[in-house]
Amino acid sequence: MSTAEQTQQSIPTGTWKADTVHSRVAFEVPYAVATFSGEVPDFDASLEDGVLEGVARIASIQVKEENLQAHLLSPEFFDAERHPEVSFVSKNITRDGDTIQIEGDLTIKGITRPATLSGLATGPSVDHFGATRLGITAQTTVDRTEFDINWNMPLPNGEPALKNEVTLKADLTLVSQEGQEG
Amino acid sequence: MRVLAISGSLRADSNNTGLLRALREEAPAGIDVELWNGLKAIPPYDADDDVVPGPADVEAFRELVREVDAVFFATPEYNSSIPGQLKNALDWGSRPLATNSFRNKPVAVISSSAGAFGGVWAAAELRKVLGAMGARVTEAELAVGHAAEKFDEHGRLADEDVRQGLREALATLVAEVPTAVAA
Repeated sequence: MSTAEQTQQSIPTGTWKADTVHSRVAFEVPYAVATFSGEVPDFDASLEDGVLEGVARIASIQVKEENLQAHLLSPEFFDAERHPEVSFVSKNITRDGDTIQIEGDLTIKGITRPATLSGLATGPSVDHFGATRLGITAQTTVDRTEFDINWNMPLPNGEPALKNEVTLKADLTLVSQEGQEG
Repeated sequence: MRVLAISGSLRADSNNTGLLRALREEAPAGIDVELWNGLKAIPPYDADDDVVPGPADVEAFRELVREVDAVFFATPEYNSSIPGQLKNALDWGSRPLATNSFRNKPVAVISSSAGAFGGVWAAAELRKVLGAMGARVTEAELAVGHAAEKFDEHGRLADEDVRQGLREALATLVAEVPTAVAA
């Protein structure tokens, strides 16, 4: 839309915070016949001098079935009583035009493992209200059993009900805080 | 610290209830093991009766579980699974799922049977059910085969290895109780 759009090769410095109304942290996991998805709406994310950090409060997890929500919070899954947060801290971000790769440490259920998110970056660009925004849409796939989320149940045909590979997605709209102070 | 002991058997001379009596004897100072005798009074689960408040015996069970710090189960094995009345009580106890009194409650499961395998399949089923309810299922494990032979003529557990197994299972359970609650 902006005629001033230019190819970006780097991640901007300064402090950026997620506009959580226009951001989303979600997950997808294949089960027996389809893909099951949900999101964690209570989260914060920021980009501070090139380091992207995010924390999601697992108690806010939303899925379409109430009983499943309770099961996901239980010790068999996230164990929200003992591990209320899922977090990510980047170690290295590389951007090439629209594509972005974010290497960092992902912590789920108190276990930290390296993870690399890949996706798209847009901006920074100035919105209609004068705020400078940077968009990042990225995802990664992890093996949930590496984070001690081992629940499964064999189906009558012997196949496991739930796959181990879980896709984690972050759609972030990051707003420059410097613009906010002016 | 209060540990509620639940036997899956209603029989007066039950080996599983005998194991829980021995557990009470073996409990170290500061750990109070209470045997639950309310299982038989729990009515059959009927969603039409699942209202607030529920049946009095069910509410008493839920309240007791809420009050104690941990729950220790000993179950027999009926047809490769747990006794129906035990499952029925847990079905009541699991309601409503998101806020049920077993939620995050540390639990231990042991089993015994007349045969050689000691009820391992029933124990596995019980752990599955408790996990689905949101309980904190601990690693505690003890399967007592040929159970009747382990007791003397007065019905007292006479096997030191089994007593040691009970002490270890209880220690594993107690270790999962948050220290703030234990204080």
